[in-house]
Amino acid sequence: MSKLQQRFLRGEFALTAEMAPPKGYDFTEALETASLLKDRVDAVNVTDMQSACLKASSLGLCIALKQAGVEPILQMTGRDRSRMAIQAEFLSAAAFGIDTVLALTGDHPLVGDCKASKPVFDLDSVGILKLLSSMEQKGTDCGGNALSSTPKFCKGAAVTPVYEPLFLQINKLKKKVDAGAEFVQTQGIFTIEALESFMNEVQRHNIKVKVMAGIIPLKAAGMARYMNENIPGICVPDHMIARLQAAAEEGKEKGIKGLPMNAGMDMAAELIREIRSRGLCEGVHIMAIGAERNVPVILDRAGL
Amino acid sequence: MIVSKAKPIEAVLTMLQGVQKVGLVGCKSCASACAVGGEKECQAMQEALEAAGFEVVGTVLPDESCHKMLLRRELKPLVAAGAEALVSLACGSGCQTVADNVKIPVYPANDTLFVGQTERVGIFHEMCRTCGDCVLGETGGICPMTKCAKSLVNGPCGGQKNGKCEVDPTNDCAWILIYQRLEALGQLHKMEKTLEDHSPRSYPQSVNVREAKK
Ligand code: SF4
Ligand code: SF4
Repeated sequence: MSKLQQRFLRGEFALTAEMAPPKGYDFTEALETASLLKDRVDAVNVTDMQSACLKASSLGLCIALKQAGVEPILQMTGRDRSRMAIQAEFLSAAAFGIDTVLALTGDHPLVGDCKASKPVFDLDSVGILKLLSSMEQKGTDCGGNALSSTPKFCKGAAVTPVYEPLFLQINKLKKKVDAGAEFVQTQGIFTIEALESFMNEVQRHNIKVKVMAGIIPLKAAGMARYMNENIPGICVPDHMIARLQAAAEEGKEKGIKGLPMNAGMDMAAELIREIRSRGLCEGVHIMAIGAERNVPVILDRAGL
Repeated sequence: MIVSKAKPIEAVLTMLQGVQKVGLVGCKSCASACAVGGEKECQAMQEALEAAGFEVVGTVLPDESCHKMLLRRELKPLVAAGAEALVSLACGSGCQTVADNVKIPVYPANDTLFVGQTERVGIFHEMCRTCGDCVLGETGGICPMTKCAKSLVNGPCGGQKNGKCEVDPTNDCAWILIYQRLEALGQLHKMEKTLEDHSPRSYPQSVNVREAKK
């Protein structure tokens, strides 16, 4: 049983973080970052060419993390692989002891940095989960042929709590859970109210799934405004932007660098602390977007 | 219908290099309707080729350029007039059907775009990817294979924002349209169903309606 599943089973607050493989083949820095996360989180998501920008593969870095003693979560999108290629990746992952995966549809190549790449999307997030569940239940491949050995994964998916119309997210969440998702990590949430109203919907629809609230530590007011404008499902409230702005001004006055980033870490820690103390959901998932080194500090401040 | 657009004339001239006598084959069907293969366009092509020094030995305008039996008859005069190459002003299917009937090279004057709808004259929208397993009955008559940039069967994806698609913010998200249509039809329950994964057909298809009826 995966470390994450054990955590859920014991009813303990679960923690995951997220990192991206490099745009190159030297994993040294990625492994250094991972070592900082090692004893602080239950598992580390490795993204699969997030935002459709070319990177080393998720499986590659997942194997390296596993060998370094860090539990990886293999992210798998349907963007670049047919169902055969997807299943082949999962089998290889299992051979290296990788036991937790996250199924995503993936961003379209046109929003990324290799725009001419063929969009595959043979399977979407629901299709990938169905493929895994059917493999586990029947011991077969995507063509219905018997496998010589069949792995079992702890399966996750993503969900966007702030979504218009929310009915469609809840509807799709149901499909993902029916298809075998045991846990979901949410898009970054910035207010307790956003999480609460989403959790109310999950409960109202009686969806049985472990929810890990997505936390994005903000680095600057400009970053927050940019995300509000451009990233679907992101809604940073004005008071947070004002706090980052004030920190920037204070830094300028006193000649100190990094105050906005520090304020962002404080806000992230406050959110985590409140989510945990009120038991709003089963855990948090920290997406530091390049600033993974800050994750241990955020956890310290959140009392974890 | 099949929507096509004309290639730049330079591309046609390049394909015709080394040839002197050219025959033109238009199409009275789709290619006329989208103004790339009708009488007017054939006339314009003739003028352009003549201006570039080619001899146009004749033009034919079949009812459908994609009808093999029909074309066999129609193409004879062009070959008889000594055409060394033909230019097809039809869609890709028409161009290939012309080529199936003659022993000289056939060059396309058009780029074939999609199976589409004419909103009004000159405005066309892609509507069907000919997936061979129509789901319109489940999706309020809006095709997710065509209208969703990822051809998702379980949409929408997380990239949808304000009803627009992540790929092109001037495009509506197909799954928001489907949701709205189903709601208006009182069929929202259809959203709850997980559709079968539709991978595009991966090899050429043929049908024989007469045999299928037996
Ligand atoms: S589902 Fe779409 S692509 Fe398939 S046949 Fe119907 S309209 Fe065409
Ligand atoms: S935004 Fe809508 S149309 Fe665009 S890829 Fe996602 S689901 Fe498809």
